[in-house]
Amino acid sequence: MPETSLSALAAQLAAKQISSRELAQAYLDRIAALNPSINAFITVDAEKTLAEAAAADALIAAGQAGPLTGVPIAHKDIFCTDGWLTTCGSKMLHNFIAPYDAHVIQRFKAAGMPSLGKTNMDEFAMGSSNETSYFGAVKNPWNTAYVPGGSSGGAAACVAARMAPAATGTDTGGSIRQPAALCGITGLKPTYGLVSRFGMIAFASSLDQAGPMAPSAEDCALLLNVMTGFDPNDSTSLDREKEDYARDLDKPLAGLRVGLPREFFAAGLNSEVAAAVEAAVTELKKLGATTVDISLANSRLAIPVYYVLAPAEASSNLSRFDGVRYGYRAPEYGNLDDMYSKTRAQGFGAEVKRRILIGAYVLSHGYYDAYYLQAQKIRRLIADDFNAAFKTCDVILGPTAPGTAFKLGEKSGDPVEMYLNDLYTIPANLAGLPGMSLPCGFDAQGLPIGLQLVGNYFSEAKMLNVAHQYQRATDWHSRMPTNL
Amino acid sequence: MSLTPDDVKRIARLARIETSDAEAQATQAQLNSIFDLIAAMQAVDTRGVSPMAHAQEVYQRLRDDVVTETDRHAAFQAIAPAVENGLYLVPKVIE
Repeated sequence: MPETSLSALAAQLAAKQISSRELAQAYLDRIAALNPSINAFITVDAEKTLAEAAAADALIAAGQAGPLTGVPIAHKDIFCTDGWLTTCGSKMLHNFIAPYDAHVIQRFKAAGMPSLGKTNMDEFAMGSSNETSYFGAVKNPWNTAYVPGGSSGGAAACVAARMAPAATGTDTGGSIRQPAALCGITGLKPTYGLVSRFGMIAFASSLDQAGPMAPSAEDCALLLNVMTGFDPNDSTSLDREKEDYARDLDKPLAGLRVGLPREFFAAGLNSEVAAAVEAAVTELKKLGATTVDISLANSRLAIPVYYVLAPAEASSNLSRFDGVRYGYRAPEYGNLDDMYSKTRAQGFGAEVKRRILIGAYVLSHGYYDAYYLQAQKIRRLIADDFNAAFKTCDVILGPTAPGTAFKLGEKSGDPVEMYLNDLYTIPANLAGLPGMSLPCGFDAQGLPIGLQLVGNYFSEAKMLNVAHQYQRATDWHSRMPTNL
Repeated sequence: MSLTPDDVKRIARLARIETSDAEAQATQAQLNSIFDLIAAMQAVDTRGVSPMAHAQEVYQRLRDDVVTETDRHAAFQAIAPAVENGLYLVPKVIE
């Protein structure tokens, strides 16, 4: 598969140098060759993909093409897709054929972008290694003995292995950014409310946000142009004027103030990651940026706060899976209560059950104030830290994850150890701020290192500008695994 | 704070997840290590801080009171585990 940006693919399609069908077939061939060893896709349906590609070709022939018409994309299996199996990585939905399209899917369909299939993920997006999927772990394309990160592990792996030119992901506590970092691609979690959650299977509704994953920041800008927009079907969708997220890509960085939170460079950060991130800071300075020392003092509480709020919301959201209307139902049961309890015991995996139990506990009588309310108050303190920081800087920079990819099985036995992976990504979710990860180097084992940018509300165009300028000066984002 | 296996079984019952004694035992240790992590919150003085439920101040929108949904009854029931005569089938709840 040639190394090609979305804009280059779109130009080739517009110039009729290649058809959407040919392009889709080339990616389907690569998926057929590589997916057995990577396991990035749960569902591939060549017939459906090629039919969508043929429709895109018709649009192009009729002169009705949009900027990305005919460019294929892979969708995380959390998005309901009409007529496609939509599992959310769970046995609970192993047989669920969605009867409608998520808003995000509707938008990509309207843009004429064929779906290459549904990507693997941690069960109900709960995990940081893609090992909790009912459909098996995803392998990191850079070294298949290592995890790709999670929960959008299939999305990150399929883009890294160039099985798809781009993918959708979702991010509740880092699920776009952390796998993007571990797989050496670019991923962006938008400001909360910019992308509709309609038809996106809910995990923690006040934190969940969908976003693009692709090799470069420029690709992500073009995808964000498709994904964002008001949707009356999502009560938290923001009714804002449509933006062109690619408008500032080529702006010079002179005068840019980059905030470096000292808490993100403290103990617990792998030294190779620290060195790569510091080298990126040096690169940005060469491009005209200055740095500002900032403090996000309450961010150390982000993980405790998150592991109260997210499970609380999840325990409520996942109560809908009861074996009555769709999905799995236990084969044998007594009364109705027994049917619920057996269905949920058999349909959910261990991590999902743990989080439901935490949520049920922190919301139960007598514990609400001590846990849930206290967590919501500290959430405010964490957001206030960001507000104060953005008075002195334009964008915040730090590592995406405390280390590079770890071995399959290395952390799966210890939930707390696994949770610490999201130390630097969770604060942006709690505050509702946009965040992105972009490649900034490799460790001694050849595994990718990710750099995180966090911007102020609605500053996606600025973040993409910074990332694009960095990617013009470096080539980390265009490196590909050579072992495949 | 420390959960006992009985606490775990009580919460699992609230969440309608069947849990054996052996599972409760295994889960107890993991939940306790997670609650140890969460305990860091308790030392923070949050007097006077208003809780933050959402990232954006949004309010429920109202729409015109007109029918906008089409009838998708058949499509939605086609994926149900058990239906009969347009109804979802579950074990008998009223004697």
